[in-house]
Amino acid sequence: MGSGQWAVGSKRMKINQWRDNFSLKFLVTLFLLLPISNAKIMAMDISGYIAASGLFFQQEPLAQEQHKHQLALSAEVEIYHAWNENRDSILFKPYQLIDQYDNERTHTDIRELLWLHVADSWELRFGISKVFWGVNEGNHLIDIINQSDQVDSITGDEKLGQPMINLNFLNSWGNIELFILPYFREQTYPGINGRFRSSLVVNADKTEFESSDKEKHIDYAIRWAHSFDEFDIGIHAFKGTNRSPRYLVKTASITSSPYLVAYYDQISQLGLDLQATFDAWLLKLEALYREDKFDKFTALSGGIEYTFNGIFNSSTDLGVVTEYSWDERNQPNLYQFQNDLLLAARVAFNNAQSSEMLIGIIQNLDHSQLRSIQIEASRRIGNNNKLILEMRWFDDHPFNPIHNDDHIQLKFMHYF
Amino acid sequence: MKKNLWVLYLLTFIFSHLIYAGDAEEKGLAIAKERKLRDKGWGDLQAEMVMTLRNKHGQESIRQIRIKNLEVTGDGDKALSIFDEPRDVKGTAFLNFSHVKGNDDQWLYLPALKRVKRISSRNKSGPFMGSEFSYEDLSSYEIEKYSFKFIGEQKCGDLDCFKIESKPLYKHSGYTRMESLIDKGEYRVQQIDFYDRKNSHLKTLTFSDYKQYKNKFWRANHFNMINHQTGKSTRLDWLNYRFSTGLDDKDFNKSSLKRLR
Repeated sequence: MGSGQWAVGSKRMKINQWRDNFSLKFLVTLFLLLPISNAKIMAMDISGYIAASGLFFQQEPLAQEQHKHQLALSAEVEIYHAWNENRDSILFKPYQLIDQYDNERTHTDIRELLWLHVADSWELRFGISKVFWGVNEGNHLIDIINQSDQVDSITGDEKLGQPMINLNFLNSWGNIELFILPYFREQTYPGINGRFRSSLVVNADKTEFESSDKEKHIDYAIRWAHSFDEFDIGIHAFKGTNRSPRYLVKTASITSSPYLVAYYDQISQLGLDLQATFDAWLLKLEALYREDKFDKFTALSGGIEYTFNGIFNSSTDLGVVTEYSWDERNQPNLYQFQNDLLLAARVAFNNAQSSEMLIGIIQNLDHSQLRSIQIEASRRIGNNNKLILEMRWFDDHPFNPIHNDDHIQLKFMHYF
Repeated sequence: MKKNLWVLYLLTFIFSHLIYAGDAEEKGLAIAKERKLRDKGWGDLQAEMVMTLRNKHGQESIRQIRIKNLEVTGDGDKALSIFDEPRDVKGTAFLNFSHVKGNDDQWLYLPALKRVKRISSRNKSGPFMGSEFSYEDLSSYEIEKYSFKFIGEQKCGDLDCFKIESKPLYKHSGYTRMESLIDKGEYRVQQIDFYDRKNSHLKTLTFSDYKQYKNKFWRANHFNMINHQTGKSTRLDWLNYRFSTGLDDKDFNKSSLKRLR
């Protein structure tokens, strides 16, 4: 405990202790639910998973508070109940992660707490949920509704639950999706004991917002989505709080060490997602035009996916993906997806264990020394378990805040 | 005069064989059409399927899938499959629009990401979920996709069957041809033998425990697919066939995929 960090955050210490107790109780309750596989209690469906994972880093950590490995336990439960001939349903999906060292990585989230009402030509979702928009494999450019649970996965693929009132109208000429998003979720940030951070730690208590309503600012979104012939298209508009923060360097006083503060500004955005499917060729595009207080810019990401089915006369499929990302702003602190090329291959063995492998590289075209490489492999074990191996290598360039965090992650998941 | 007679006999012989060959194709098509006609008008149906994969050592893996089908007039069927087991793929769903001409339209729903992805439907010959059933085996039966030839008649168990050969007319099939045994009484398919791209005998599919629904539609409760080349087999057990449950187009679109249970 050396730095001024903890003195500033003594209030947070108490919150952390409470949170740790809660986490423990949550996990214990979960273990009690485990024997109820495929249970229907009072016509409720209960399912979920419990997982153990370990991050093993290649390089020594840059800060003394960090570690060379980090273990974690996580769990997610899904409780579902439907009535009215499945026209109404409630879904509750709490999530918990406990990290060995990083108190900020340890967190609880309600991924879903949703009432869904399905009528003939419309649907209403009320509560907390997740909505995915997009067609790309690497850069989910327009997937704006939910906030990334960044400590869960640095890829940003894991999302925090988003409160919403969502009305969808289903027509033969496409669906219209309307969203009122009444509460903003901040990104999750690693703490002083965690890796995947810059040398300065984010103080989550001091988050700043452009809007004086802060996280209570009400955001809006609308989207038209349609499938016809070979095309799947979506056009959306979003007005509200930017899910991606800028980071400001602050210090409490001249004598204490600096820290980072996340700043969330207000944006208006117009975007497109498009996929054309010609036989085994998938052509994809995501594009957006965004305005904030200081800037107006376009960004796009798109590419091609082609699948070779049954290579070398086996039942193995090989999918090849190439995606190009471009962001007009070209700012050095944005780092990724400004002028980048992704190349990836996915191998699906199509066996009883559903074994799969993925190899990918993202290369920065402005700076040849900036790239990241990843390899992922997964398979089922038995009927209810899954083993996932992920390896990531980052370049050594100082522009990249996580250049020192090359790692292997091993995750074992038990489903019930 | 004798020479002319020989020529006449020869020509008649050749000509009659040509007619017979043409007859065989016509008869094959007629049988296939009758089989399709006997099943027309089923409208919509829901069922549960237990898929048991067995490798050559006798080890088994189980998949549990719920199926919804919609009969489409003038085109192929719409089909929705939702996985319940294995647990790690629970909630994964496939939506398939079968077409008589051209490729099917297919979407895959990934529940962890809540992502609907349109996928290539060119993969006809690949195994479905690691089983001995390929995608083309499970897609809807459309006459326009095959050419037919009547081969003969034979006994199939207690029943009398027609034997017809069908050749896929679409590209990327895993089969050169199939031989089907269809019972003469109710035009139900009893057995199909599949021949791979080298025309070697690859698999045999047997249908058993047929039950009649709504006084017209026959559905087999068990399908058993044996792969003779690998020694693996897959058994499908169908449960709870329900017809006319009120499904329509709205239950078979991208939106409905996202809210599936």
